[in-house]
Parts: sequence; structure tokens; C-alpha cells
Amino acid sequence: MNFPVQPEQASNFAVQYDTLFFIITALTVLFTGLVFALCLGLIIKYKRGNGKPEDRRNPMHHNIIIELTSSGVSLVLGMVIFVWGAKMYIEMRQPPKNAMEIFVIGKRWMWHAQHDNGVRENNELHVPVGTPVKLTMISQDVIHSFYIPQFRVQFMVVPGRYTQMWFTPTKPGRFNLFCAMHCGTQHSEMGGYVYALEPAEFSKWKENGGNRFKPKPSIPALAGKQLFEDFMCSSCHGEKDGKRAPSLNGLVGRKRDFTDGSSMVADMDYIRQSLLAPDAKIVKGYRQMMQPYNFTEEQIIELIEYIKTLGSPVGPMATNPAATTVATGATR
Amino acid sequence: MSGIPPTEHVETEEKNYLQEGHTIASWLLTKDHKRIAVLYLISVSFFFFIGSIAAMLIRLELTSPRGTLITSETYNKAFTAHGVVMIFFFLIVAIPAVFGNFLIPLMIGARDLAFPRLNLLSWYFYMAGGMMFLVAMMTGGVDTGWTFYTPMSSIYSNGQVTLTLVAAFITGFSSIFTGINFIATIHKMRAPGMTWWRLPLYVWSHYATSVIIILGTPVIAITLLLVVFERVAKIGIFSPELGGDPVLFQHMFWFYSHPAVYIMVLPGMGVISELMGCFSRNKVFGYQFVAMSSMGIAALGFVVWGHHMFVSSQSMYQGIVFSFLSFLVAIPSAIKVFNWSLTMYKGSVWLASPMIYALGFIGLFTVGGLTGLYLASAGTDVHVTGTYFVVAHFHYVMVGGTLLAFLGALHFWWPKMFGRMYPEGVAKWNAMLVFVGFNLTFLPQFVVGYLGMPRRYHYYYFAPEFQVYHVMSTLGASVLAVSLLVPGAYLTWSLKNGPKAPANPWGAKGLEWEAAASPPIKHNFAGIPVVMGDVYDYDAEAEELAYRGLPPREESK
Repeated sequence: MNFPVQPEQASNFAVQYDTLFFIITALTVLFTGLVFALCLGLIIKYKRGNGKPEDRRNPMHHNIIIELTSSGVSLVLGMVIFVWGAKMYIEMRQPPKNAMEIFVIGKRWMWHAQHDNGVRENNELHVPVGTPVKLTMISQDVIHSFYIPQFRVQFMVVPGRYTQMWFTPTKPGRFNLFCAMHCGTQHSEMGGYVYALEPAEFSKWKENGGNRFKPKPSIPALAGKQLFEDFMCSSCHGEKDGKRAPSLNGLVGRKRDFTDGSSMVADMDYIRQSLLAPDAKIVKGYRQMMQPYNFTEEQIIELIEYIKTLGSPVGPMATNPAATTVATGATR
Repeated sequence: MSGIPPTEHVETEEKNYLQEGHTIASWLLTKDHKRIAVLYLISVSFFFFIGSIAAMLIRLELTSPRGTLITSETYNKAFTAHGVVMIFFFLIVAIPAVFGNFLIPLMIGARDLAFPRLNLLSWYFYMAGGMMFLVAMMTGGVDTGWTFYTPMSSIYSNGQVTLTLVAAFITGFSSIFTGINFIATIHKMRAPGMTWWRLPLYVWSHYATSVIIILGTPVIAITLLLVVFERVAKIGIFSPELGGDPVLFQHMFWFYSHPAVYIMVLPGMGVISELMGCFSRNKVFGYQFVAMSSMGIAALGFVVWGHHMFVSSQSMYQGIVFSFLSFLVAIPSAIKVFNWSLTMYKGSVWLASPMIYALGFIGLFTVGGLTGLYLASAGTDVHVTGTYFVVAHFHYVMVGGTLLAFLGALHFWWPKMFGRMYPEGVAKWNAMLVFVGFNLTFLPQFVVGYLGMPRRYHYYYFAPEFQVYHVMSTLGASVLAVSLLVPGAYLTWSLKNGPKAPANPWGAKGLEWEAAASPPIKHNFAGIPVVMGDVYDYDAEAEELAYRGLPPREESK
């Protein structure tokens, strides 16, 4: 069995972080040992005997020297750690001017990164070894926290304001990327990996458009499929009715029952409303769990076109005009 | 027939407080601080049990990197329930409302607290809040974590957030009532001769706690109410979508919730001072320093909240100031630990079960305090904030500290409260088992936190190397669970079957032992006592020898 005790040191902060970390650890062990030894010594020396009365004639109940020494020592050691830690903190909070900027967007429950040449990636971040990287981050919904343990860096990703963090990767490899601020149901799955690549390899990766880059298809249903995958809709809306959400297979034209007792035949307007205001109509047997998505009208049409193809044996290449006509006709 | 008039005869055999009425109404409408303390003891034990079940569910689930028993949604509700119940319905309330209520009037020589009706009302507010939270749990639960960070709590979360916030709001009033009561009682109702410097340190620590409660609790009450306003009426305060600021919530939340840590641990520190004094047969070393360090912790507690927010987008300069102030807390903490230890110097150490809990407290609080250094230092906090390192740290302070003090207090004052002794041998071994189980549970969490395991994570399959520490932690939690059930069993057993306790079974000093019966009579003392001597006056050797049945020392030596 393996007992790892230290995460890999893979950024410019890692070594100096661990140095201070282990010095405080040494102090913790030293003082815990000191208190333990003091108590044990006093217990052994002054343990109540069986029968023999202790000598209680010269009691000592206070000693100003001991009070001042213990206060003084804890203050001085505290101040040393404070200055050292503050120095590191100041460095962590101030990205160098020449740092390479990457934008990061956090949303429940995924990370989205945009490089300066338009390359985008989800739940992954590719960075070059040896170059300072500055992340400018914002959240689309709740507070998240961008955390790479092997780099010893973390900063919160807040809605409504940009936050920044920076690091210089020092060795190539794959490292953990976590969301370290509780953000809801799939919080523990909001993460992935940070890949530190050698500079040449990184340039090649970026010039080739990244490993996840896909040009936007011109056929709406295919563009919708890409959106459906990028936003991980299928993690809740699967092939079959799931615990969190109903399946969307064969949705258009089918009767839906809602929690408020009403029902309707699903049409394009219904799907549009469900994307923009999911709490308006909730399918019977479910609770409101989905967040509103601010898609453009174009994206909504693409998504609807894709959803229409779900569950049909033909697939997203062909659409079924008959179903659309029937569905829209039913509500008017 | 003897010539004693019947009235005098009744006086000599006055009923104790437990015998004053046996109806349910005599308990539910009592204004006796001792009976209210018993009501609180039953209620906090109940909530502790609920919180522990949630804890076991979390620990069992984490033995596997992919979870096995519950969904992520349920997992999030479980840790939220664990946090809310343990903090709002156990830790904040446990020692002040049970032992503070019972002991403060007895310790200062008063017949009751200053406002007995307010005291009863505080229990009803506590129970109303508690019941509301149970209803919230049963009708869908909450998944925000006990910290209720916005905008998740105010906009995004679907559970019974509003009901939970209202429950916490109502429970806050019970705290405020208790705090007001303690301050008024300690100021105005001390017996003749009970000067401030003769107050037991237990009373000093409750005084400091009460000051924090009445200054801090209204702030959290307002904050929680603002979240309710935003959630229900869409009034923009914390959510950027409505024009608010999410980080403002964190400032307001931690302005109370950091001092709340001291609300939880200061009363425990008071217990430890009493135990160290009694079982070392010595005046608590540096009495005035220990008393003032409680006040110092209470004051500093209000200016360090920003150390919870080093990576939350507060300004860098704010972060540095908060880091500096946080290090100052090390001074009163160090004073306490060294003075407790040195109380044994030239004393007579008796390793009874309450003393073992006290020594356990000193050990665990030392580790908890020292690991606070990593988190007070802004630079080292960055990597471990929001990980299991923080989880381990605050469990060392709040469970290792407050829970051990609670158990120590329960064993120490049990004979006084119920007039029965419990089996001391079992109690001693069990106290050591608590210490072992606790360390086995939480030491591995420091390591796995430093490795990068974030808190509130249901799955960790992307880092399977964490598993070994989670398994160790769960094993420890199982040991801890057993060691917490055992006292429940033998203490309950002792209520009927334990040997009757004398007024002062430990040979302790203090009005509650020397001037009151076990259990005390309804009005505590036959007549108001007059305090003549110093506090913790254990130096009178003749009394001690008489207590232990030893012959007096020969003068010639």
C-alpha cells in the first residue's frame, strides 16, 4: 500500500511553499512534543501517591517570567512565519507583466478556458513549461475555486468580477485541476487535468488548434449536437429518464405532464422556454434542478434541431418536418 | 415523639431540584436554571446523535473513490446537515446552555440566573429552530454547506434553504438570550465576598463567551435574513445578477462565524481550567493571565475574520492585515496551554476520568492551535484552504477541544447534576479510547488535505492515492463512534443504579461543591453563602488529607 505524503512540486511556488510548510510542521511537532513532555513529566513527578501525602508547603501559583516568555516566544515565532508567508502571498497575488494570459470561465459544473489565438478547451488546461501564465477568471453562476495542488496555487472564481492567479509550470506532466469551493450537486466532478507541455510542444498544440477544437458545423442539428456535448446536457438528459432529469428522446410532439397538474404537447416554444427559464414547467416526478442558460436565438434553434433528432434512428443529419408541424399546430 | 416542630423537620430534608415535581409540565414550564440545563442536555445529545449519523454516512461513503451508498445530491445534503446540526445545535449551545446554565448560579452563589423566564424562552427558541431544521431535512434537505455561500444559497440551490436559514435565525435568539442572562447574572448576582478575582475561570470564560454572543449573533441573524430576502423577494444584496456582491456575504458571515469558533471553544477552556485545578489539587497557574486571555481571545476574535478569505478576491493588503492579526491569537492560546500544564507543578495529580479528558483536550487543542499557523499565514493558506487540511484543523479545535471538554464536564459534574456516580474504571478507559479514535480519524485528514483533497468532495476517482487516508479516517471514526456510545450507556445506567454521590465526591473547591448538595436543592443553597477565601484554595493540607482519609502530617518533619 502506498502512503504518499507530498504532492508533486511542479510550479515556481512549489519549492518555497513546501519549505515554509515543513518549517511550520517542524514547529508544530516540536511544540506538541514540548507540551506532551511537560505534561507527562509533571504527571510522573506529581502523581498522587497511595497513602504518602505530597509536600505542599511551598506552592507556586504564578510566575510572570513564564507568562512573558511563552507570550514572547509565540509572538516572535508567529511574526517570523507571518512575514515569510506574507512575502509569498504578495508574490502569488502579483502576476509578472510578461505573463501569458488565459481566460477561464467557471460554470456549474465545468471549466472553460480560452487561449489568445481562439483555442478553447473544457475541463483541461494546457500550459507551457517555463513561461509565467496568468489566468483571468470569472464565474457564470456561483462561486468556484480554481485549484491546482501540484502548483500550490488556488484562487476563487467569482461571478460579477474578474479574479487573477498566476504560476510558472516547472516540469512537464499531467496535474489535477479541482474546483475547491462547493458549488452544488456535481461539485466533486467539476475538474479535470492541467497539462504542462514543453514550450515547443505547447506551441505546436496551440497552432494546431488544440486537441478539442472543432470548427462550428453549418448544419443546425450538428451545431446543436456540439452545443449539447459542450454543455454536457447528456449528463442529466440521457438515453432513458434519469434521476435528475427526463430523457429528451422523441420529445417533440409528445405529451408532457407537469408538476402543477397541467400538461402540453412539447413543441419548439416549450423547449425554448425550458432552456431560458427551466423552472417555468417541471416534468412530473422531477424537481427543479436545471439552471437557466443564456443561449442566443441562433443557438436555441440549433439545439432544438438537434433535440428533434434524439431517439430517432436516422440521426442528426436528417430532420423530420412532419413532427415539427404537428407539434406547433397542437398548441395554437 | 420528639419535640422538633414539623416545619423544621421539612427543612432539614429539603427535596432536591429533581424531586420538585414529576409532571411533564413541571419540566416544560420550569424556571429553575438546573432543570432548564437538563432539558438542554437531553436536546443537545439528541442533535449530536443526528449530526453523528450524518458524519458516519459521509465517512462510509468516502471509503470508496466513487462512492457506493448515496448520490452526490444526498452526499451534499449529508455534509450540510452534519455542519448545521453540529455547529448551530450542538457546539455553540452545548457547554454554555447545559453546564453554564447549571453551574454559573451555583458557582457564584446565586439562587438562579437573573432572568429565569428568558432562560426558559431561550430553550423554546432553540427547540423551535432545531425542529424547523429537522423539518427542512425531511422535506428535501439543503445542499449549500453550513456556510451558505451566496449566490448559491440565495439563487441557485433548490433545497429547503429558506427554512434552514430561518431555523438558524431563530436559534440565534436562544444564544442571545443566554448571553444576556449570563452577563447580567455575573455582574449583579455574585454572593457576598465573590469578587471578580475570586470568580472561577469557568465563569470568566463564560463571561467572555457571552460578550461575543451578544456582539456577534445579531450580525449573523441580519446576514441570514438578507439571504432570505434575496432568495424570496429577489432583493439584490449578494447576487451579482441582481446587482449585489457575493463576497460581501463572506465578510458578514465570517464576522460572526470566526468569533463563533471562540463561542464554541472558550466555554470548553473554562471547563479545562476547573478540571486541571481540581485534579491537580492546585490553584490554576497564572489565574489572572488565564482569565484575561479569555477576554483577549474574545476581543481578537472579532478582527481576524478575513483569514477565511485569503483567496476569495479581497484585496491583497486586507489579506496581509488579517494574517498579522490572526497571529496575535497565538499569544493568549499559548498562555492558556502552558498555564494549564503548569497547574500540575507541585500539585497532586489524580488521573480520574474527567482529568483524562482534560489532558486529552490540552493535547488536541495544541495540535489544533498550531495547525492554525499554516492557515493564519496568508501564503501557506493558499494551497490548503478549502481542503481536508482545514477540515482536520477545525475538527481538532472544535471536536478535540469542545467535545472533549463537554465529555470532561459531563463526567465531572454528573454526580452534582444527578446525584449518582458512574463506573469510573470504564469511564477512564473510554476517555483514552476517545483520544485514540479522534486522532486516528483526523490525523490522516491533514495529510490528504496537503495532498490536495478538496473538502465537500463526494468522488475522488481522479486521485485514487487519497483512498488509503480516507479508509484510515473512517476506521478512526468508527472507534470514535463506539467511544461516544459507551458513556451514553453507563451514564444512563447510573441514573438508577449508580451509587449515591456525596456533596463533594472529588474533594473539589468551589461553591457548587462545598455549599450545595448533590443534587442541589431547588434554590441551590439553604442560605446565601459568604465567600471568605481565595478561588481554587487547595493548599490547606489538612482538608485534603481528611478527604483522602489520611492521617495529618507530623509537625516535627
